[in-house]
Amino acid sequence: MKTTYREAVRAGLRDALQGDPRVVLMGEDVGRYGGAFACSRGLLDEFGPDRVRDTPLSESGFVGAGIGAALGGLRPIVEVMTVNFSLLAIDQIVNNAALLRHMSGGQFSVPLVVRMATGAGRRVAAQHSHSLEGWYAHVPGLTVLAPATVTDARYMLGSALREPDPVLIFEHMMLYPVEDELEPATQPFDIRRAVVRRAGKDVTLVTHGGSLRKALDAATRLAGDGIDAEVIDLRSLRPLDMATVLASVAKTHRAVVIDEGWRTCGLAAEVAARIAEDGFYDLDAPVARVCSAEVPVPYARHLEDAALPRVETIVATAREVLGHG
Amino acid sequence: MPIPGRGRELLRQMLLIRRFEEKAAEMYTQGRIEGFLHLAIGEEAIAVGLMEALTPEDNVVSTYREHGHALARGMSPGVAMAELYGKAAGCSRGRGGSMHLFDAARRFFGGHAIVGSHLPTAVGLALAAKQLGEPRVTACIFGDGAVAEGEFHEALNLASLWRLPVLFVCENNLYAMGTHLSRHQAEPDIAAKAVAYRMEAAVVDGMDVLAVETAARRAVEAIRAGAGPVLLEARTYRFRAHSMYDAELYRPKQEVEEWKQRDPIALFTARLREDGQLTADGLAEVEAAVNAEVAAAVAFAESAPWEPVEDLLKDVHTPVTP
Repeated sequence: MKTTYREAVRAGLRDALQGDPRVVLMGEDVGRYGGAFACSRGLLDEFGPDRVRDTPLSESGFVGAGIGAALGGLRPIVEVMTVNFSLLAIDQIVNNAALLRHMSGGQFSVPLVVRMATGAGRRVAAQHSHSLEGWYAHVPGLTVLAPATVTDARYMLGSALREPDPVLIFEHMMLYPVEDELEPATQPFDIRRAVVRRAGKDVTLVTHGGSLRKALDAATRLAGDGIDAEVIDLRSLRPLDMATVLASVAKTHRAVVIDEGWRTCGLAAEVAARIAEDGFYDLDAPVARVCSAEVPVPYARHLEDAALPRVETIVATAREVLGHG
Repeated sequence: MPIPGRGRELLRQMLLIRRFEEKAAEMYTQGRIEGFLHLAIGEEAIAVGLMEALTPEDNVVSTYREHGHALARGMSPGVAMAELYGKAAGCSRGRGGSMHLFDAARRFFGGHAIVGSHLPTAVGLALAAKQLGEPRVTACIFGDGAVAEGEFHEALNLASLWRLPVLFVCENNLYAMGTHLSRHQAEPDIAAKAVAYRMEAAVVDGMDVLAVETAARRAVEAIRAGAGPVLLEARTYRFRAHSMYDAELYRPKQEVEEWKQRDPIALFTARLREDGQLTADGLAEVEAAVNAEVAAAVAFAESAPWEPVEDLLKDVHTPVTP
């Protein structure tokens, strides 16, 4: 069955609200407006204002309230419109949600899910185009997920709600209108496993979220040159499923990490370092990275395109690590 | 209204907090306690008066100057002292220390050290209680410094907008660390800020335990009756330094001495004596019992084992049974 990523997120939300009376969805414009990305359209009518709760523009306040509500026995899904605004709530996520279990000696868990859009590509300029999921993946106590397919968009939320601790879900904003085949959920739906989205033997392309489609397109183009690329979708950014990545590198001996975040101190640096630490002797070439240019994401289309990872850059980088540069 | 005949118990609790903190300061100077240690000496009446107005089913969320709140809520002094020592027998297994006392059994949700960040937590706890149909009030304690944080305003707005059962208790001791209220608030009347959120507010003498209890009971009753949140400002003073040591360059010694004339324990002791509720012998009994309890707490903390280093990574995540 074909569906859009947006519809898949909405179906996941509806499932969650139907399945557990303790689940509440709260955030800016999730109710009457239907969600900034229309992911919750119709849910207010179906579940009422207590279950689908509009909040003021108080990111720290309502993320903090989500933490308190989780401590108090609800299973909140807090929607922060985008990762850009989550910086107003980063204190709550990093200082409270992530720390409370450990700091209380295991007395309190925070079963909170925070969803937010991430990424660039809509020509909305620097303050609306961040890819900061790697910042959150830095923090012990958090689980960080990045559904890149409609199937993951549909089912990751349910698995996240079964976690006893805080989970952040990053939905790349360019994915919402994408239509694709919704696969049946596998049981159990393991959110911690990376998945090989395309099998290959010559080079491993490791990516997540909005860059997955670019990596798959790059693999298709490389195939035209007789290069067989394997594409890995990390899915979980914390914890990282390095076993899947290292098994692939053991086969291909080459790796390119693609991440829309900045290169410096970014998620790609972590993945590349772990490949170097644990897969060094499998490598026939240095690990390469394709990241965003070290610049605030610009507005103008040609500049924005130039700032972000592109299919051509991925293809060229893969060819370089193969010595075909 | 205060419960008749509870006077001696309220005095005992205030004395326990005072002696506990004095002993903690002593053990700090001996190197048994490390890191930050924020004493609330002078502010005991608020902790005791407030907890007297709450039931065990209510929630309490507190700040980093919370030894008194935890003790008045019923945490064992030994368990609290062991946490200050960083021992495995501490309430937070040595993970939190002085600023992060937690007690799930008493619905004591910490011990928070990012000023203002726990006010939204209280809003969420109250939201959960309301939505789950549980008749709990959530009491949230913070200092005057928190009033300058955006989270204070976000939390008051949310709580009032959603008519949540939160009692916001501001311990106004006049100083945000070393900055006097008049130097950090354009409107230093904290209770007046509730007007902007259409919230009921009251001001109480934080050096008078019965006044605090009365004001807290009145607020809690209104909240339980569905009046929405209430802001209670308790005016008080911290007799000691902000943390264990500061040069106290920011306030005149004369001011400290004047406030010490309003020591809540001395005031309440005198009142009980005048009312004939406490004899000299009775006071000596209370003192002796409290001293023994604090000595036992220290002995417990001293002899308690350390958390094994092998358990370093424990409790970052909740164990899941597949």
